[in-house]
Amino acid sequence: MAKRIDVSGLNAYYGAHKAIDDISMTIEPRSVTAFIGPSGCGKSTFLRTLNRMHEVTPGGRVEGKVMLDDENLYGSGVDPVAVRRTVGMVFQRPNPFPTMSIFDNVAAGLRLNGSYKKSRLKDIVEKSLIGANLWNEVKDRLNKPGSGLSGGQQQRLCIARAIAVEPQVLLMDEPCSALDPISTLAIEDLIGELKERFTIVIVTHNMQQAARVSDRTAFFNLAAVGKPGKLIEIDETERIFSNPSVQATEDYISGRFG
Amino acid sequence: MSVTTSHRHRRVAESRSAVSLQQARLPRWTPPVLALVAVGAGCGIGLGAGLDSTIQWGLIAALVFIFGTYALTAAVEGARQAKDRLATSMVWIAFLLAVVPLASLLWETVARGSKVLDGYFLSHSMGTLPDAMPGGGIYHAIIGTLEQVGLATLIAAPIGLLTAIYLVEYGRGKLARVVTFFVDVMTGIPSIVAGLFILSVWILILGFGPSGFAGSMALAILMMPVVVRSTEEMLKLVPNELREASLALGVPKWRTILKVVLPTSIGGITTGVMLAIARITGETAPVLLLVWGAKTINNNPFEGAQQSLPLYVFQQWQQGSDASYDRAWAAALVLIAFVMILNLVARGIARWKAPKH
Repeated sequence: MAKRIDVSGLNAYYGAHKAIDDISMTIEPRSVTAFIGPSGCGKSTFLRTLNRMHEVTPGGRVEGKVMLDDENLYGSGVDPVAVRRTVGMVFQRPNPFPTMSIFDNVAAGLRLNGSYKKSRLKDIVEKSLIGANLWNEVKDRLNKPGSGLSGGQQQRLCIARAIAVEPQVLLMDEPCSALDPISTLAIEDLIGELKERFTIVIVTHNMQQAARVSDRTAFFNLAAVGKPGKLIEIDETERIFSNPSVQATEDYISGRFG
Repeated sequence: MSVTTSHRHRRVAESRSAVSLQQARLPRWTPPVLALVAVGAGCGIGLGAGLDSTIQWGLIAALVFIFGTYALTAAVEGARQAKDRLATSMVWIAFLLAVVPLASLLWETVARGSKVLDGYFLSHSMGTLPDAMPGGGIYHAIIGTLEQVGLATLIAAPIGLLTAIYLVEYGRGKLARVVTFFVDVMTGIPSIVAGLFILSVWILILGFGPSGFAGSMALAILMMPVVVRSTEEMLKLVPNELREASLALGVPKWRTILKVVLPTSIGGITTGVMLAIARITGETAPVLLLVWGAKTINNNPFEGAQQSLPLYVFQQWQQGSDASYDRAWAAALVLIAFVMILNLVARGIARWKAPKH
């Protein structure tokens, strides 16, 4: 199920502005890779290039290669819609569809992509909600609107929605930054379970979170405001937090800047 | 200058430290009582001075109210509260100025229109009845208005909707700017010009006769920019996060628009379309040019002259007899009721379809 991501020589632009510069890295399957770094260093932009969401932004443009196992996401003839079915995404702010019930929210990805039998949909929704640790809280009110849940529940609903389409990779863009510590803990536990099945990439501003949940950590930085962001180093999380090979990483982690 | 300001600053600072947080307040019933006094003063002065116009009475009452409130508050509560009350009373008077004509219009129409408004009036046409005679009805005009407005909506709503979707979801660069510009221009087209345009193309050049459909086309021209504008605003209100959430699930863009963006904004869009319908229902000029008006029932909007409610009001008023005046008022009442019902339905739909929380 889970696939390896191999990025080489990736540049991303917003119009004329270069947002990230020449990034190459390998993201291992069935593991959690965390991206850390100061604001504006291109972590989120890079994350969004991994499922071709970057080009949704007006003026968004990407150069370079992103290999998902042996397929280049930016090869000619690749359909971005198919890419996004393979590489799912969870956003910073919980964004359930306001017109849909909890059930419909989870089923949205499947229903909007084709027709499914009601019984099969039910199974998938239940499985996804169980997978997102939300089933017990919502099983009696699946027909209630999804926007009526608490922030943490909404975010888990969004995770259930993302895993319902059975992606290979799950991208998470600061999934806990709008949540309280209890909900954050619930999501972090969930990430630990999900990595058995998916390749997970998570952007976070919370260094403890990166240390808690990730197997490997990548540190991004930018030379100055307005300059493109760069990958400084990527290594085992333990290494990055105890003995990084670049001074800037140590400075950032120990709170000397950023 | 600087000396005096610093001096004043010090005085303010001193007085502030001395003043407690509580201060004298006028009782709650002051504004209504003052309003009554002002109205009384307006009537009294008006009667005493022998002023004929009630508008002058009202002006005097308004001035007495404003200055009375200001002076009283300044004396009791202080300068800042006095300014606050001054602004409040101005707002109230502006509100009354806006509401009084509306209420009197409604009152006048109901009072005069209900005279001949009954089941017979609603279910019969004018037929061969001479204009000076009482009797007759507006059935033919109701049919005409419903058909013309319905056809205009069928033309304008889909085009307007698709234009708005293009502008918000796809439109980038030059074409979008040009379309926006022309929509703006269309918003300003006088209804008579829209009527003349269809008249020259449809009737003079292509040689068709007058019909409800010809009128519908002119009404559609008037309706389209309103639909585009309101739909555009509603689509812009849909958070981008919802579009991204759907796209990130691997849903194609057109399905995202159809299944996520439109359902989220459908309440507002329907309201906009309903208000646009209400706006064109009262149009007279293009109907006069293109539909001509008729005295008998014509159920076919594609052939022959038809009647419509606003045109009926206009023509009956022109006849100048007492019976036709009554009919004009009654038809106007029906027209107002129709527009009001449309507005209420629009509000109902907006509330019913609003995203649930």
